[in-house]
Amino acid sequence: MRTEIEGRDLVSLKGVHKAFGSFEVLRGVELGVAKGEVAAIIGPSGSGKSTILRTINGLTPVDHGVIQLGDITVTDPKVDKVALRHRVGMVFQQYNLFPHKTVLENVAMAPIQVLKEPRKDVEERARNLLAGMRLTEKALAYPGELSGGQQQRVAIARALCMQPEVILFDEVTAALDPEMVKEVLSAVRKVAEDGMTCILVTHEMRFAREAANRVFFTDKGVIVEQGEPKAFFANPQDPRTKEFLDKVL
Amino acid sequence: MLELFRQFALELKASGINLTILYDAFDFERFVSGLATTCALVVLCTFFSILIGAAGATVLGLSRGPAAMLVCAYVALIRNTPLLVQMYFFYFAVGSLMPVGQNAIGLPVPMIGNFTWAVIALSLYAGAFNVETFRSGIGAVHGSYEEAALALGYSRFKAFRYVVAPLGLRFSFASLANNLVDLTKATTVAYAIGVAELLYVSNQIWSDSLNTFEMMNVMLAIYLLLTGIVVWIIGRAQRAMRLPGFGVN
Ligand SMILES: Nc1ncnc2c1ncn2[C@@H]1O[C@H](COP(=O)(O)OP(=O)(O)OP(=O)(O)O)[C@@H](O)[C@H]1O
Ligand SMILES: [Mg+2]
Repeated sequence: MRTEIEGRDLVSLKGVHKAFGSFEVLRGVELGVAKGEVAAIIGPSGSGKSTILRTINGLTPVDHGVIQLGDITVTDPKVDKVALRHRVGMVFQQYNLFPHKTVLENVAMAPIQVLKEPRKDVEERARNLLAGMRLTEKALAYPGELSGGQQQRVAIARALCMQPEVILFDEVTAALDPEMVKEVLSAVRKVAEDGMTCILVTHEMRFAREAANRVFFTDKGVIVEQGEPKAFFANPQDPRTKEFLDKVL
Repeated sequence: MLELFRQFALELKASGINLTILYDAFDFERFVSGLATTCALVVLCTFFSILIGAAGATVLGLSRGPAAMLVCAYVALIRNTPLLVQMYFFYFAVGSLMPVGQNAIGLPVPMIGNFTWAVIALSLYAGAFNVETFRSGIGAVHGSYEEAALALGYSRFKAFRYVVAPLGLRFSFASLANNLVDLTKATTVAYAIGVAELLYVSNQIWSDSLNTFEMMNVMLAIYLLLTGIVVWIIGRAQRAMRLPGFGVN
């Protein structure tokens, strides 16, 4: 199945290099994700997982390499940032909701202020998304009044409200208490099942195995190994992957 | 009612406390006009100094170029020279370079009067401190909020306008209250260039009526009241903008 869509990836990174000062964080990352796919990126801390995500929406500029998102060349210095970020949403580990705005405003403000969509339409969409996240009654609450799990679900709704083609999830459950991890993971899963292309960095191996179509393993700034989750977890090829999986499973 | 006041003041006078402003119409008028001038100085300079502070902090928040250097130079100059010298500088040095008009009988009149110079000098003075206040408030806003806004397609300017600045303002209130209390007290320096504010008229009153002790006490009470009002108003604004469920304020 994978081979027939090769070369027609929605998101592709080719030979991506990035250094902070003299420290090379990404050393030739190759990665492709097709439309509708759910890709999980796993790997040791500091291996560059977050940096990979941040290069895809242009938050971190790269030194070399090409990143393509559909017909947008992310690595083009003249890239239209608004168009790019309209098409790629991002959900952060620390939620990063705006504390001075209500939940509804958090979800609706970017489409209104950035995309200039009519407020009425956006708010209706935002309310529907909040309902989908089971947060209807929290629309007028402020982020500080919600639990971590609720805040993260608002952050997912906020990303969805931009109607992106791809959503990047960066360890979205890492800051949560165990009982809230489940509710957020099922929200992510719902987004994926609705056909959204998802790239998620996660430490939840079980989730990666169950929800992803494809798993990428990063180590020291390169993608060491990738594959379908079943084969990947059952029979890792690279010794570095084996070592990592032995530690975390 | 007024008659009661008069009666009371005359009784006080008999017991040795000579508050001319309560029973003498001329002193009362002088006093009220001085108080009004002081209030006008406080209100106008508060307004302009906050504008200056916001503009300066915006420049510092968004650029590192020559504009930012100019703002830094302005802040350094104002913070490191005495207010009285600044006041004299504007009134005597800059004022002497300004065009001069003529009044009805052909005498020269400066186009910019001493009240206006006082407003300019005091606004620039308090403005410099407000730049620092807002700048440090903005500095206290964690970068992740700006990042979340950028990821939603906001430009740096819009992220500043809608996310970083509103949050930074909330971190600025304590220091802003300090600056504005200081400004309220600093309006007395306008005396030095002949603005008939509260200190100026009080001086006239005690010179004529020889009630220095009484007028000193009246002045202390009035400035306490004025600074109290300033602090109260800022407290109100701060409460109105508090972030529900958020640690601050
Ligand atoms: N802005 C930056 N400046 C300097 N170094 C950075 C910067 N961002 C990331 N790094 C470094 O790059 C390396 C990779 O960071 P990254 O956040 O991508 O790792 P990660 O795989 O997401 O790790 P974790 O699992 O801990 O989140 C780390 O060593 C980090 O210290
Ligand atoms: Mg990370």
